Amino acid sequence: MIERRDFLKGCLACGVTAATVSVAGTSAMAAGSFEGYPDAMGVLVDLTRCVGCRSCEAACNNEQKLPEPDLPFDDLSVFSEKRRTTEKAYTVVNEYKVADKDTLFRKIQCNHCTEPACLSSCFVNAYTKTKEGAVIYDASVCVGCRNCMIACPFNIPAYSYSSPLNPLVKKCIFCYDTRVKDGRPPACVEICPQQVMTFGRRSDLVKLGHDRIQANPGKYVDKLYGEKAVGGTSWMYLSSVDFDKVGLDGHIQNEPIISNVKDFLGFVPMVLSIWPALFTGVHLLATKNKDGHHDHEEGDHQ
Amino acid sequence: MHAVKHTMILGMTAILMMLVSNVCLGAGIPDKVSISSIQKYYDPVSFNHAAHINNLKDCGLCHHHTTGAQVTDPNCARCHKNSGAQATVSCKGCHTADPFTPEALKQQRDQQPPIYHRDKPGLKAAYHASCLGCHQKMSGPTGCQDCHKRNDGGDALFKSGKYAPKAPAKPKAAHH
Ligand code: SF4
Ligand code: SF4
Ligand code: SF4
Repeated sequence: MIERRDFLKGCLACGVTAATVSVAGTSAMAAGSFEGYPDAMGVLVDLTRCVGCRSCEAACNNEQKLPEPDLPFDDLSVFSEKRRTTEKAYTVVNEYKVADKDTLFRKIQCNHCTEPACLSSCFVNAYTKTKEGAVIYDASVCVGCRNCMIACPFNIPAYSYSSPLNPLVKKCIFCYDTRVKDGRPPACVEICPQQVMTFGRRSDLVKLGHDRIQANPGKYVDKLYGEKAVGGTSWMYLSSVDFDKVGLDGHIQNEPIISNVKDFLGFVPMVLSIWPALFTGVHLLATKNKDGHHDHEEGDHQ
Repeated sequence: MHAVKHTMILGMTAILMMLVSNVCLGAGIPDKVSISSIQKYYDPVSFNHAAHINNLKDCGLCHHHTTGAQVTDPNCARCHKNSGAQATVSCKGCHTADPFTPEALKQQRDQQPPIYHRDKPGLKAAYHASCLGCHQKMSGPTGCQDCHKRNDGGDALFKSGKYAPKAPAKPKAAHH
């Protein structure tokens, strides 16, 4: 009942937001030209430092009050497969064989893009890029269409299926409301024994990353991953091997993903504005025959 | 040629070590250091400083240039080749425990001159980089709990020990 009402409310909201999106869509900024908020924070991740201790996963679970994991966080058997982020784990550490004996570990989480594809693909405007650099979302307006899941170049957003009618997007929020909003580093950054992650102003980190490459000749490949990728990301990476070897697309486009869909989006608003109505209609038809009381009850409450 | 150079360096280090210990260390060198910076999750480490001094003989491996030892890193040597022993030698004297607070970040940004020590790790990372980095190279212990035993707070965080997940993945799959 409650879920259904929320769903209907959600649909009304989409109708309204879809209209606003269409306005915003026509005045779309020249993609790739957005330099980002000047004081936006970021994280420089140095893959050569990670020892795969999974402390960051434990800290994230604790900070974000996520459900109990299937296995303890000190269980290293998880490295036998490549995991992705889920509704229960906003960050996961994977192990990559990069040479005969060498392995590198990479912690995966939202990269907090400067021009996020999740944000531009979301027709109910659930996502926000904050001035601190975090890409956060309002789960209460999420209709579970999973557009963002498909749009994200890093395969990050996950869904909670606990309530089938109300699946909510779940992903790393840069510890925005508990920490980064107040200038404090994220929980995963703080707990890491190796300081794999350096927290700071993104513009400073770009410089720091290049300085670190220069100060250690031969140690790193000469690239700061995320400085330019998909229009820039707040989380950026240094590696001793090609990024393809650690599961990051080394040839990813430098243009934001929105450039790919911009033209397409020009057509979308019209579809979007009828879509919610369509949904509502189908939904009503589907439920009406089963239980005619529902509509009266809804009416009574409103 | 290389061997000669090596012996020379060793000899010089030995002399320096003697000098250094006569000059400023002596009674000031702790035999044991108790490290308790992450005691929320781990018991304190009782670091056997004396044994490490005996094994390594080179203070500079951990203390960089601050004990007056010859620095080998060319980046450091540019300024600290002859900078001598410093008043501050302990890890926590230079490496801050909270490197990412707004104040710490501001201090780093405002430091003068603005080009040195900008990428200085925090205290926890400094310990681990020194200890673990060396242990990996010299086959010392490298497991987390080889050095610090996790306490109840740590078990709770890691959902391990008595906090381990009760229902493992298997029985769930059996329902289908
Ligand atoms: S806490 Fe740090 S060292 Fe440990 S797995 Fe995470 S990123 Fe790697
Ligand atoms: S990494 Fe994916 S989920 Fe995160 S901001 Fe970028 S597009 Fe969005
Ligand atoms: S930034 Fe926060 S939410 Fe994101 S992975 Fe780290 S601890 Fe989790």
